[in-house]
Amino acid sequence: MRYLPHSEAERAEMLGVIGAANIDALFSAVPARALKSFDLGLPAHSPEFLVEAHMKALSAKNHAGADGPFFVGAGAYRHHVPATVDHLIQRSEWLTAYTPYQPEISQGTLQMLFEFQTQVAKLTGMDVANASLYDGSTGTAEAVLMARRLTKRNKIVLSGGLHPHYRDVVKAYLKDDADLECLSASPEGQGDILDHIDEQTAAIVIQTPDFYGHLRNMKAAADAAHAKGALLIVVITEVVSLGLLEAPGALGADIVVAEGQSIGNALNFGGPYLGLLATRKDFIRQMPGRICGETVDAEGQRGFVLTLSTREQHIRREKATSNICTNSGLCALAFSIHMGLLGEAGFTRLARLNHANACKLADALAAVTGVEVLNKTFFNEMTIRTSQPAAALIERLAARGILGGVPVSRLEPKDPSVANLIVLAATELTTDADIAALCAALSEELA
Amino acid sequence: MSMNNQGRPTGVGTSGFSSTSGSALLPNEPLLFEIGDTEHSGVDLPDVEISTSRLGGFERKTPLDLAGLTEPEAMRHYVRLSRLNHSIDSGMYPLGSCTMKHNPRLNEKMARLPGFSDIHPLQPVSTVQGALELMEQLSHWLMTLTNTAAVALTPKAGAHGELLGMMAIKAAQDAAGQSHRTIVLVPESAHGTNPATAAFLGYSVKPIPARADGTVDVQAVKDALSPDVAAIMLTNPNTCGLFEPQVIEIAEAVHAAGAFFYCDGANFNAIMGVVRPGDLGIDAMHINLHKTFSTPHGGGGPGAGPVVLSEALAPFAPVPFVRKGQNGLELVEHTEASALGRVTAFQGQMGMYVRALTYMLSHGGDGLAQAAQDAVLNANYIKARLQHVFSVPFPDYPTMHEALFDDSFLKDSGVTTLDFAKALIDEGFHPMTMYFPLVVHGAMLIEPTESESKQTLDRFCDVMEELALDAKSGNKQRFTAAPMKAPRRRLDETRAARSPILKWERPTETLKAAE
Repeated sequence: MRYLPHSEAERAEMLGVIGAANIDALFSAVPARALKSFDLGLPAHSPEFLVEAHMKALSAKNHAGADGPFFVGAGAYRHHVPATVDHLIQRSEWLTAYTPYQPEISQGTLQMLFEFQTQVAKLTGMDVANASLYDGSTGTAEAVLMARRLTKRNKIVLSGGLHPHYRDVVKAYLKDDADLECLSASPEGQGDILDHIDEQTAAIVIQTPDFYGHLRNMKAAADAAHAKGALLIVVITEVVSLGLLEAPGALGADIVVAEGQSIGNALNFGGPYLGLLATRKDFIRQMPGRICGETVDAEGQRGFVLTLSTREQHIRREKATSNICTNSGLCALAFSIHMGLLGEAGFTRLARLNHANACKLADALAAVTGVEVLNKTFFNEMTIRTSQPAAALIERLAARGILGGVPVSRLEPKDPSVANLIVLAATELTTDADIAALCAALSEELA
Repeated sequence: MSMNNQGRPTGVGTSGFSSTSGSALLPNEPLLFEIGDTEHSGVDLPDVEISTSRLGGFERKTPLDLAGLTEPEAMRHYVRLSRLNHSIDSGMYPLGSCTMKHNPRLNEKMARLPGFSDIHPLQPVSTVQGALELMEQLSHWLMTLTNTAAVALTPKAGAHGELLGMMAIKAAQDAAGQSHRTIVLVPESAHGTNPATAAFLGYSVKPIPARADGTVDVQAVKDALSPDVAAIMLTNPNTCGLFEPQVIEIAEAVHAAGAFFYCDGANFNAIMGVVRPGDLGIDAMHINLHKTFSTPHGGGGPGAGPVVLSEALAPFAPVPFVRKGQNGLELVEHTEASALGRVTAFQGQMGMYVRALTYMLSHGGDGLAQAAQDAVLNANYIKARLQHVFSVPFPDYPTMHEALFDDSFLKDSGVTTLDFAKALIDEGFHPMTMYFPLVVHGAMLIEPTESESKQTLDRFCDVMEELALDAKSGNKQRFTAAPMKAPRRRLDETRAARSPILKWERPTETLKAAE
């Protein structure tokens, strides 16, 4: 077996040093009835080329994004990742390092995390960011819990524009919680959350651009929340939007959670992704997850360490701010490299390109008979109402080789009012030909 | 170059290469923001005009102030930074309870096949049948290796899996009218995530003391059980590197009391293919794909923590999951039956599923068992070679995949466990896990994994032995000053926590004036 270094002779020699008659002697604490008492019936070890053939056959059964026009978004976005990013993250020193608990020999990872935190803080307009969380959805749940700790209040209100999966994750995390209020879906961008804030409210959660693509008024929400002593949690699933849209921090957000996948990370069928969490300086000690900070070494040289670990489970055990024991390190690295390559100039151009393509898409869709575009505002994503049920329509488009977006009913199966709605996204990868192909197919299907 | 007393360069552009970290090939690398600026970019994109913006007046007014680098600058920045890291590819990483094994590159290559990496979690299920098949196959391997009835693949990491497993237990008990069960038993030797997870779900944690031999006493568990106990969270093999000899009796006692057995599977690498946890009576166990099944640690994630579930808990698995349907495989995204719901937005860590299955197919059932046995062999070899110098707190049982020592050999030497570990850095090894498990004073937990050759183990043991003798002989300086050959000397962690600097700030005008 190519990954196992020992020869049989070496194994025997080592058993001799140990003083064990055979390998089973080392498993003597295992109850006899449980030790090797079975035939697994699994295939035997296999050469590299056969494993590769097996995996390639599975891969070939999927329709990849590059195989045709692609408009799927709704929380995960197909962007271009520069070759440099993927090359660098596969370097052994990044890929095969552990969590940087020994800072003297982990300065690469630590400095990168410090740079990453700085980038996230600048993007969101917040004072501080952590070293990343699993993804945007679990990050939202963590933010909600953080708001409860900060305000010592319990009521949480989720906007009807929040990604339905994010809402479901928050529901699971706050199981059986009467203090969680989930507003019903608002595909037209209508918001009524301001009427639901009271003196018991810990936080309101608003996504912008929201699940349906509409841009929400953060400033009004922040003012209304703060007037009652509540916090505003802003959720962003398309982080590229921050290249054109005002930073939530500048509009009064208290906690910003974002899905960072769009920068540096492939779609990967849903994971691994990258949760971003940024907040105000005063809230640092209630922030979940790992945090990297600057310090000096014994010779006064600048260096970096994981810090504020007294919040974390390995120190605080049952009193920790969260049970999280990891971050999304390599995804954060990919994000940081990609963002470093873009810089302000490139990131702004990327955002403009996304918005420009979405404007073209919206205009083209509006001209299709049987399609109504619901958005007055959007960044790179929008919702349409079609004259036929969306789920079946999306299947028929797929049969034509076009991935035409996400039928809202897939996420909200119990809400008949969304049955004819589709959420579509355009990115820098969307071409005029893609848009023309989609609109032509829609025209035929809806005729 | 002038440095102020905080080690921060006193102006943009003045930091740089005049100082090295002990080697001419390892220059001190400035921060991204000290090299780049807002004009430079390493990505060519057309500059488009937007004639009819639909941004509704929410345009950005706050400057982004994000530094950019051209491609050659970026390449050099990140390559230079990378060289300041230790990694499993560059040397042994004997971190107990972390399973730093070799990460095969075939895994990486397969994860990048477009049919896996370039598919969207919400594209039509008919267009991702291969991906669902892969999830099915991975599930089959995990259930077979553990002899369990179901597996929830979606958790994003071990601690997330733990959370899901305990949520499933809570859901099952709520459904059975057992909501009064509010206590979770956690042995003192457990990982910190265990009590944190239990507390997170509103349980009160009742610690179970360890026996003198490092294992859990079934009688202590029986004494702690009551009608209010929801579950026990037991790590097996435990964090002392020992297989719990009474695990079956513990499971039986827990079940007899109407409670569930959550097993922390962090140490599954010691027993995969050799012992099936389902045969021991577990109800739920998370499996760290990044430990046992070789997906890379990536400098601290992303991980993946699928949870296997017993027959009793299977109905409480979260969505989504894969099911065979009339037209091929289906992805069940909503079900009334699951009281638990959803613990992450999409299908979990697909990228890790691909790597883990690639690893499983490469090893086969036979290779996985061999890997577990080699991991145990290596740990026992280290223990055998070092036990005449280092003290073994629990000598009664053969160790599993980890060798645990304590710091009593350092008594009166003036050298702490931490000092000793830092000295190991100067010898080219990553330190072992220190001060964990908490039940052992000055614990040093060494996990070599199956990936290390006898030659490497011998070299490691030689170094450990030499260091121990040197510490005993009173050469304190070598330890208290260590590391001396690393890119940094010891870092001031107290200062970092006391006045946190968590992001780069442009040097202020005052600092500029002082130059």
